[in-house]
Amino acid sequence: MASITTDGVTGGRLTAEDYARNFGDLSPPLTRHEALVEAERCYFCYDAPCVQSCPTGIDVPLFIRQIAKGNPLGAAETILSANIMGGMCARVCPTEQLCEEACVREHAEGKPVRIGLLQRHATDAMMAASAASGTHPFGRAPASGRSVAVVGAGPAGLAAAHRLATLGHAVTVYDARPKGGGLNEYGIAAYKAAGGFAQAELDFILGVGGIRLEPGVRLGADVTLDGLRAEHDAVFLGLGLGGANALAGADAQSNVVDALGFIEGLRQAADKAAVPVGRRVVVIGGGMTAVDAAVQSRRLGAEEVTIAYRRGVADMKASGWERDLAKTEGVVIRPWMNPAGFEARDGRVSAALFDHRGPDGLGEPERVALPADLVLLAIGQTYAGAPGPEVLAFDGGRIRVDAERRTTLPGVWAGGDCVAGGSDLTVSAVEDGKRAALAIDAHLRHVTPGLKGAA
Amino acid sequence: MADLSTIFLGIRSPNPFWLASAPPTDRKTNVLRAFRAGWGGVVWKTLGEEGPPVVNVSGPRYGAIHGPDRRLMGFNNIELITDRPLEVNLREIAEVKKLYPDRALVASVMVPCDEDSWRAILPRVEATGCDGVELNFGCPHGMSERGMGSAVGQVPDYIEMVARWCKAFTRLPVIVKLTPNITDIRHPARAAKRGGADAVSLINTINSIVSVDLDRMAPAPHVGGRGTHGGYCGPAVKPIALSMTSEIARDPATRGLPISAIGGITTWRDAAEFIALGAGTVQVCTAAMTYGFKVVEEMVSGLSTWMDAKGYRSIEDFRGMAVPNVTDWQYLDLNYVAKAHIDQDLCISCGRCHIACEDTSHQAITATVDGRRKFVVKDEDCVGCNLCVEICPVENCITLEHRTVGDDPRTGRPYAQPYANWTTHPNNPGAVREAAE
Repeated sequence: MASITTDGVTGGRLTAEDYARNFGDLSPPLTRHEALVEAERCYFCYDAPCVQSCPTGIDVPLFIRQIAKGNPLGAAETILSANIMGGMCARVCPTEQLCEEACVREHAEGKPVRIGLLQRHATDAMMAASAASGTHPFGRAPASGRSVAVVGAGPAGLAAAHRLATLGHAVTVYDARPKGGGLNEYGIAAYKAAGGFAQAELDFILGVGGIRLEPGVRLGADVTLDGLRAEHDAVFLGLGLGGANALAGADAQSNVVDALGFIEGLRQAADKAAVPVGRRVVVIGGGMTAVDAAVQSRRLGAEEVTIAYRRGVADMKASGWERDLAKTEGVVIRPWMNPAGFEARDGRVSAALFDHRGPDGLGEPERVALPADLVLLAIGQTYAGAPGPEVLAFDGGRIRVDAERRTTLPGVWAGGDCVAGGSDLTVSAVEDGKRAALAIDAHLRHVTPGLKGAA
Repeated sequence: MADLSTIFLGIRSPNPFWLASAPPTDRKTNVLRAFRAGWGGVVWKTLGEEGPPVVNVSGPRYGAIHGPDRRLMGFNNIELITDRPLEVNLREIAEVKKLYPDRALVASVMVPCDEDSWRAILPRVEATGCDGVELNFGCPHGMSERGMGSAVGQVPDYIEMVARWCKAFTRLPVIVKLTPNITDIRHPARAAKRGGADAVSLINTINSIVSVDLDRMAPAPHVGGRGTHGGYCGPAVKPIALSMTSEIARDPATRGLPISAIGGITTWRDAAEFIALGAGTVQVCTAAMTYGFKVVEEMVSGLSTWMDAKGYRSIEDFRGMAVPNVTDWQYLDLNYVAKAHIDQDLCISCGRCHIACEDTSHQAITATVDGRRKFVVKDEDCVGCNLCVEICPVENCITLEHRTVGDDPRTGRPYAQPYANWTTHPNNPGAVREAAE
């Protein structure tokens, strides 16, 4: 029987109760009374700053007032009409950097209205009502006779598919993986989307009708972009970022793995006890994925977990809230640690090496070895796969789009992490999908049927 | 340390806080608890005539309006007068008065509107040793359908008649409790005075339906699916009670008539406001029913602290001081000009002042300045209506500033003008006619 002090990489370090608790809901939902009290804190601002700061432009004051006045389902409609993934965004958005940072109550007293939790309150109510009644809050326009291919069943693709379906178009969503959901299903910490929420939200979105999900279909292998363009009236690419950034020397090491793969394994594991984790874990990176990987390592029973980041704490992409979560979970955050290779023993990694530049990053580099039996790389992802630059234009390694998320290839739109200029947030991906869908709809209504693929 | 003791119609109490006639004063055990908690006096819940006691519903008697966090803002009831036998109440009143001779103990009474009924009960009440009687001419439900309560209180002649009987049948001070369910509170108050009443107390509860149960499609509270109007009270009725108190205090016909004020008194400040409008004592019910008898500690402490800070040594030092400043609209200074000012350091940029003024008033507050979100009052449009002040969520962020120097960009007239009111205003047809005569 393993424990947290067992050396090496192994599962079963904790009791079954520990696993259940550690991978339950991170932030429990508000009770009805809590939601009413919190909602009453909202000032119903004019031209509210929180709306301005939401990438999807949810009418926050309106939905909060709807909650306050006993209409959570109306609130959910307000949310979902702007952001069909309002339920997931309520769980994973860095609200402390978006709507809640803009809240005038944050300005006034350092304590914003808890918009994220209120959003969850409303969307949970809608999901429950919808599941119970088998209905969907949004109807569909009369069939347009047009079809759109959506590649990628992540937030961008599903948002596009849902909006296109409500506008009356027939949508086919292709995804290389066995399940839809994208990062929501595979890449977000389990305790942020507990209770199978990603799958439930996927079912809810598909509940609008008119969307056919084709999992296990990879673009470039099973279907081609040209084929999709020929078969459909428009194509939306929500491809995400399939490739992990490389770190010199990492490939040669055993137990030095990609953090997203680690998180995916954890998310898909029916039994968390079966997920192996090291006694000492070093996570290299400074974003949300780094924190998700580090915190979940602790929750799997790792004794020591360190996040090593090459720049200062203030430079980390992980928000203050995320960093605090990591610290509360007992993760040590060490800034100014520039990766410098690995040490191995018996064919497995035994330490991660860094050039450390002092507490303020200004000192002379000093070689530091952090003992580790598992190293997780969260140093960012890259665009990988088809289509490539020979087909459409790229900026900084990601697909170039205009304000309407139109690529340089006629009849093809793109959004989410695969496009240039984004902020790599679920909420931004949803907005991309929504905007692209509206642009595609406008395009289709101005093009004579029969000229498939024409711009 | 300020002296809070009062002498009201000769009735002494250590502080002006009396419990109003209501469920909290229905029985000895409650009243003893109240006195132990520090209440200055009680008005014992209304006694009825001898015989079978009245019957209350055995079901919901209260309905409420809640604010955020379920704060009780307003409250109504369909209770009737005491449903305990008269003899039991009289015996307990006597026992309590013996135990607490220093506290005010007034008996509320309601019997049919005939002379014999009052002649029969008053000597028995007086025999308890209580300090006074309060005639309940106020309850708007149940008893009024039997010709009592507000059915009497709505007819000044009846008030006068019954008050006169009572003054003849007892040596105790007589307080007439008025119903607010009338058009002009001055008429019943004048009638009470004509009848010889020593004081009035007001307000009793207001006819009300606090809500409708949209599932049952019936007023709440409902008894077996059917509801009725009840008597409204609590913090929400305080403004009405303040206004009615001031009307009686400044009416030449009733000026100086002692007033025991009732109506939404929840804090020391509420009490101070009623006393400033002339009340000699204040009666509390809903606050006690919401929070328990202990709230009197806050009331006593708050009033005392405030009086010390202001240099008032006794209640009489400030009682009625606000009355001369209550006037009719026609005497307000039409040349007084104030304009709103927003303290930009306190402003949290919620924009409520802008949209309230923009949508519903005078379009006098900016939303942006030089392309940036900023809320500034436009003097050329501001009429000083105070809406922005009242809806701003930040205290003292928006204030009205009295202007005396310079010209008003809205009217083009100098701010400094001598006092002038509607009685002499050229637009007033009455004023013009008067000048012509």
